[in-house]
Amino acid sequence: MNIHEYQGKQLFREAGVPVLDGVHCTNVEQALAAYDELNSEVVAVKSQIHAGGRGKGTLYDVKSGSIVMEGGVKIAFNRDEVEKYATNIIGHRLVTKQTGIEGKIVNNLYIESGCSIAHEYYLAILIDREEKSVLIMASTEGGVDIEEVAESSPEAIHKIWVDPAAGLLGFQKRNLGMNLGLSGSALKSFSKMLGNLYNVFNDNDCSMIEINPLVRSTDDEIIALDAKVGFDSNADFRHQKSWVQMRDISEEDDAEIRAGEADLSYVNLDGNIGCLVNGAGLAMATMDVIKLYGGEPANFLDVGGGANEEQVKTAFSIILEDPNVEGVLVNIFGGIMRCDIIARGVIAATEALSLEVPLVVRLAGTNVNEGKAILAASELNIHPADSLADGAKKIVALIGGGE
Amino acid sequence: MSIWIQENSKVLIQGITGKQGMFHGEKMIEYGTNIVGGVTPGKGGNEVLGVPVFNSMIDAIKQTNADASVIYVPPPFAGEAIMEAADAFDIVNGEGVIVCITEGIPTLDMVRAVSYVNDRPGVRLIGPNCPGIITPGDSGGCKIGIMPGHIHAKGRIGIVSKSGTLTYEAVAQAMSIDEGQSTCIGIGGDPVNGTGFIECLAAFESDAQTEAIIMIGEIGGTAEEDAAAWAKKNVTKPIVGFVAGSTAPPGKRMGHAGAIIAGGKGTAAEKFSAFEAAGIACAHDPSEIGAVLLESLKAAGLR
Repeated sequence: MNIHEYQGKQLFREAGVPVLDGVHCTNVEQALAAYDELNSEVVAVKSQIHAGGRGKGTLYDVKSGSIVMEGGVKIAFNRDEVEKYATNIIGHRLVTKQTGIEGKIVNNLYIESGCSIAHEYYLAILIDREEKSVLIMASTEGGVDIEEVAESSPEAIHKIWVDPAAGLLGFQKRNLGMNLGLSGSALKSFSKMLGNLYNVFNDNDCSMIEINPLVRSTDDEIIALDAKVGFDSNADFRHQKSWVQMRDISEEDDAEIRAGEADLSYVNLDGNIGCLVNGAGLAMATMDVIKLYGGEPANFLDVGGGANEEQVKTAFSIILEDPNVEGVLVNIFGGIMRCDIIARGVIAATEALSLEVPLVVRLAGTNVNEGKAILAASELNIHPADSLADGAKKIVALIGGGE
Repeated sequence: MSIWIQENSKVLIQGITGKQGMFHGEKMIEYGTNIVGGVTPGKGGNEVLGVPVFNSMIDAIKQTNADASVIYVPPPFAGEAIMEAADAFDIVNGEGVIVCITEGIPTLDMVRAVSYVNDRPGVRLIGPNCPGIITPGDSGGCKIGIMPGHIHAKGRIGIVSKSGTLTYEAVAQAMSIDEGQSTCIGIGGDPVNGTGFIECLAAFESDAQTEAIIMIGEIGGTAEEDAAAWAKKNVTKPIVGFVAGSTAPPGKRMGHAGAIIAGGKGTAAEKFSAFEAAGIACAHDPSEIGAVLLESLKAAGLR
């Protein structure tokens, strides 16, 4: 789960990670009041969406589609500029290289004081899957795309791994700071900040914290100018009163939210063949095979290992709500889940939803013969398939796609 | 032989009195798994599924001399269940296999649990978020997990996979050319897990029963690339590979917590090319795993 920058900075502030003064706003009046309150010579007017690349993004009018402003993060030198930028941001569609072409409508703003910057750094805390531990990564090349730095000058990226038993140690913080060229009070400020930031990560079950840029001010304080914070959804049960409350569902896909509520795992894609599969690996493989035989998958959907009839119905309704869907492929390898139960679920769902698009069902595994018999006996227009490849070829042919 | 789990291995169920533990416990016993007891704190002294329940893993291992345990404990408690098992196996026997089925364990819990297990070199963790491990026998066998037992048969193919149902697909593909399995292992789809591909490949390579290997990966991380590079140097037996997620968009989690292309890394295309560079025979459609396996067996003079 992701949160907005202003929420991340609130967490930082509470944990003793230095951030600048700032105010969260949802309209232009609030933005102007925030400017007056901050009493800063310059302020940053920052679009708040759950995607990176905001500074280099473009804002569009939602209705006309015309360009409103280049750049979703602006520096304002006076009250009029705050008004202009806030007006151009709020309620408009921000497209960045991470949002996709549809972009995100900006409902939240953050007005933040300025500061005098001596140098920009990059800092991230994340899980290193291969080392199976927490990795802290820092670079002297702040404010730019870290992937480009990793590509062009990997020696500029410094890494430390945290021993889960020992925690983050003093020498590690110092060494990382010295590798960034820090000394004196800046090094002390960095060590203190990093210790507190690691606590934010650890105490909140974060999946990632990225600060780009982290800056050294001209008076040698280390300050987080950005805050990209992601949480491990698996740990939400122990953070119900903290970050779970920060969830902004307007940033999420409606169908994905409903799928989540029904314990289904769903990701919307651009194609026209809906898929309903049990198991994440098999669901991905089903999409791949549809593509291999000339089709385009409309979604990823894993109904899980023990789906019931109701979940199958919900899954169908989510798939069919997508206006692009012209056909559906059901691919079930029954393990614990029995094929006869799935077959009944498919029939109940197609009847209830009066399915109009072609449906191909491939069943294998536990009780496959009973399942196939149930489908064959129904009056519905269901095309059986014997293998995943057969199913994919059939659905592609039925919607008139492929070669 | 097989790897890590023998046909008659003695197995404990952690969370035996829970819904999942009871349901799958019964299925494992039906298959022929030698379930010797279970653990649910506070329910020791009872009997469930015809086996004794203990209050702690250390009691259970001392009383039953178990070789392995399987965890069906809910996510908030599963990380600690792994550590309890690791501690008990280490103290009592100096070794043991822990299979954690639970899906949804917080990643930082797994970071701690894996580190704890790795401090006890005789203890092996498989999973979490996996179907488990199965060694089919001449009749029955040892099934530790949630996979459908009846699709398997004893044979010479070792299977290792990050996915559940896709593993069953691979088993069915092997069976379609009359090839049974030595051992099938689901290593799980979480970002931080226990046993990885390389350890499985190493064990299959030195196992006399295993003559060929099927390896199934998915997007996210670089475990497949690392395993391919390792296999090129160290594995002489034929390997057939598949990677799920060629069509997955970047930045989106595809069901499994670990199945995500992040920062342009972990794509299926990279993994397939690492497989190919290592001489692994790739199937681009799981329905072709059987045919590709048959080719590989023929090329190696095994058919």
